[in-house]
Amino acid sequence: MSTETTTKKTPVKKQSRSFGEIMKGLVRQQLFIPVAALLALVLFNLIADPSFFAIKLGTNSAGDPVLTGYLITILDNASELVILAIGMTLVTAASGGQDISVGATIAIAGSVMLRILCGANASSTLQAPIWVAFLVCCVVSMLFGAFNGILVAYLKIQPMVATLILFTAGRSIAAWINNNQLPIVSDPTFSYAGTFIPGCPVPTPIFIAIACVAVIFLVLKFTNLGLYTQAVGINAQSSRLNGINPEKIKFLAYVILGLCVAVAGYIKVSRFSTINYSVVAKDIEMDAILAVALGGNALGGGKFNMAASVLGAYVIQFLTTTLFKFNVDSSALPAYKAVVVIILVVMSAPAVKAKIGSMRKKSGTAKPAKEAA
Amino acid sequence: MKEDKTLQKKHSMSDTNTLLTITIVVFVLMYLFAMVFLKGAFLKPQSFCNLLNENAALIILACGMSLVMITGGIDISVGYLTALVCMSCAVHLDYGGGSVGTAMLLALGIGVAFGVVQGFLVAYLEIQPFIITLAGMFFAKGMTTIVNNTQFNVAHEGFQALKATRIYLPVGSVNRLGVYVPAYVEIGVIVALVVVVALFIVLRWTRLGRSLYAVGGNNQSANMLGINVKRNKFYAHLLCSILASIGGFVYFLHVGSGSPSHASGYEMNAIASSIIGGTLLTGGVGNIAGTFFGVLSLGTIKNIVSSIGLDEAWWTNITVAAMICLFLVIQSVVLMRKHKKKV
Repeated sequence: MSTETTTKKTPVKKQSRSFGEIMKGLVRQQLFIPVAALLALVLFNLIADPSFFAIKLGTNSAGDPVLTGYLITILDNASELVILAIGMTLVTAASGGQDISVGATIAIAGSVMLRILCGANASSTLQAPIWVAFLVCCVVSMLFGAFNGILVAYLKIQPMVATLILFTAGRSIAAWINNNQLPIVSDPTFSYAGTFIPGCPVPTPIFIAIACVAVIFLVLKFTNLGLYTQAVGINAQSSRLNGINPEKIKFLAYVILGLCVAVAGYIKVSRFSTINYSVVAKDIEMDAILAVALGGNALGGGKFNMAASVLGAYVIQFLTTTLFKFNVDSSALPAYKAVVVIILVVMSAPAVKAKIGSMRKKSGTAKPAKEAA
Repeated sequence: MKEDKTLQKKHSMSDTNTLLTITIVVFVLMYLFAMVFLKGAFLKPQSFCNLLNENAALIILACGMSLVMITGGIDISVGYLTALVCMSCAVHLDYGGGSVGTAMLLALGIGVAFGVVQGFLVAYLEIQPFIITLAGMFFAKGMTTIVNNTQFNVAHEGFQALKATRIYLPVGSVNRLGVYVPAYVEIGVIVALVVVVALFIVLRWTRLGRSLYAVGGNNQSANMLGINVKRNKFYAHLLCSILASIGGFVYFLHVGSGSPSHASGYEMNAIASSIIGGTLLTGGVGNIAGTFFGVLSLGTIKNIVSSIGLDEAWWTNITVAAMICLFLVIQSVVLMRKHKKKV
């Protein structure tokens, strides 16, 4: 299993390699599946309707210049998913399980934010600066992340089961925080994070997503977080013998996911300046897990590739937007999504890969491969 | 000292039995608490029967879920599969001119189709069950609305007759007018009880059942014992989907309508019930009897919350979550302490 998920490039020999070998090396790359899926989607859209890629500069109702087009929509709408995929990848790698409560915690984060901005009486003027509300929202989300983290890391409960608690209660807690009212923020500055900053034609969520990705890449590059997380995910016992505290790493992963949830929640509420507890970010946890899986990361923990997860998130949004463009009914959309997902996962399944490998071996173009998955 | 010896002797089953005992004790205590302090409805036999009537479908779904969980897998497609079965049967009965018999066959067919595909992908292509059943869930969800996207009640006569069939029990209570009313259960409850007993026997005394435990406990050693790991995983997923379709029909029989929003969240309820019943997601540990009591505990806590008067919808969810949390912590602490003692 783990051989498929290696991110390292296979050592390139100086001798010229046959086409089959190059292809095989490509297929073994973890980024192959998301990139191939993305290319397939792009190709499909190019053939079906090239105007899919048109980007126009228009003006919105306030008279500010904005970019419109399907590509912009994809990048814009995928932002929350990308941010969640970052945290979900860490959680998956460290604890070998997934957090299914992120959708519900987004509802809580958004609810906390609105509660602080609008105060107890749901007044329309801002009761506190936005940055204060955002900070509190971060702290609360990280606390809920810590709750999951304690259950998983210290009480050794399986992640999916532990997060089932908040999955069940989250949206109810969110409703309870605001007394089941739906406060609306009328201050225009609040909507900047979810829509456009006046004068800038690119939607703000894209910048936020890029910033989050940049931060996590810097963190992974300059700290031991990535290495430790993988060590804990591969074998918690031996990582302990090497001086890593596996509980702490797992706990940390959940807290980081909590922070990601806070940012995603801020974007979500900022888009509409209000919240609907039962609908906001519904099923986003499934998409986030899917993004991790599409990136070729083992859901059982261990090695991970952050870039592949991020790309996976964009693939999912690309697929959704493509389906919407072809007038697929939004409630029927999951059925088509399922078919694509199954095709993708079957393609990347180790058993199928091994079979394709052996077929190629028989045809004699490639040298016999030593390792059999 | 004596206890330790017996524990060692029955090592393979000890975790299962400990967790099962906790579940049953908590359920009985909870129901007694409700009977003593809330009185009213809880003292009537009918209220217990209603608990069964309402949860018959969930019991069947949760049993299937436990099977899969015992082999170390998971199936999150069952909730929407239930909705798909309901909708397909409803359309078949009212617009397709079918009879109750063909509707049952249709339900079974859907279950078998889902089971074969999911089981094959999980067992033989070794793809993570979570992803495959997630895709299955999306597919069922989408298909339900493709079949029909609005809720409608079924008017088919044969179906209505079956739906209205009640089996009266020899116990009952006297109502306000002083008339003796016997307690009744619906047909679905009988189906659910048959499923529970059958699976209990299968898991305990048949080769298939013991193999499922072995596969979930340790893939590799099961393989070395000569158990066909892949085939057993396939069977578990197939059985789970078939049970989900049976559960779907029972649900259909209870509500008598088709709707895309039917049985929403049932997959998580089924998982929660299995967990409360002492089945571990890691596999190898679990018991159908526990699952049965898990479903009843979940139903009871909901009834208690609503009869206390906390009617707002959020209180139910928060209490259920608190209960799952409590159970998890108890289980985790008990298991940890026990394993420490052994070492």
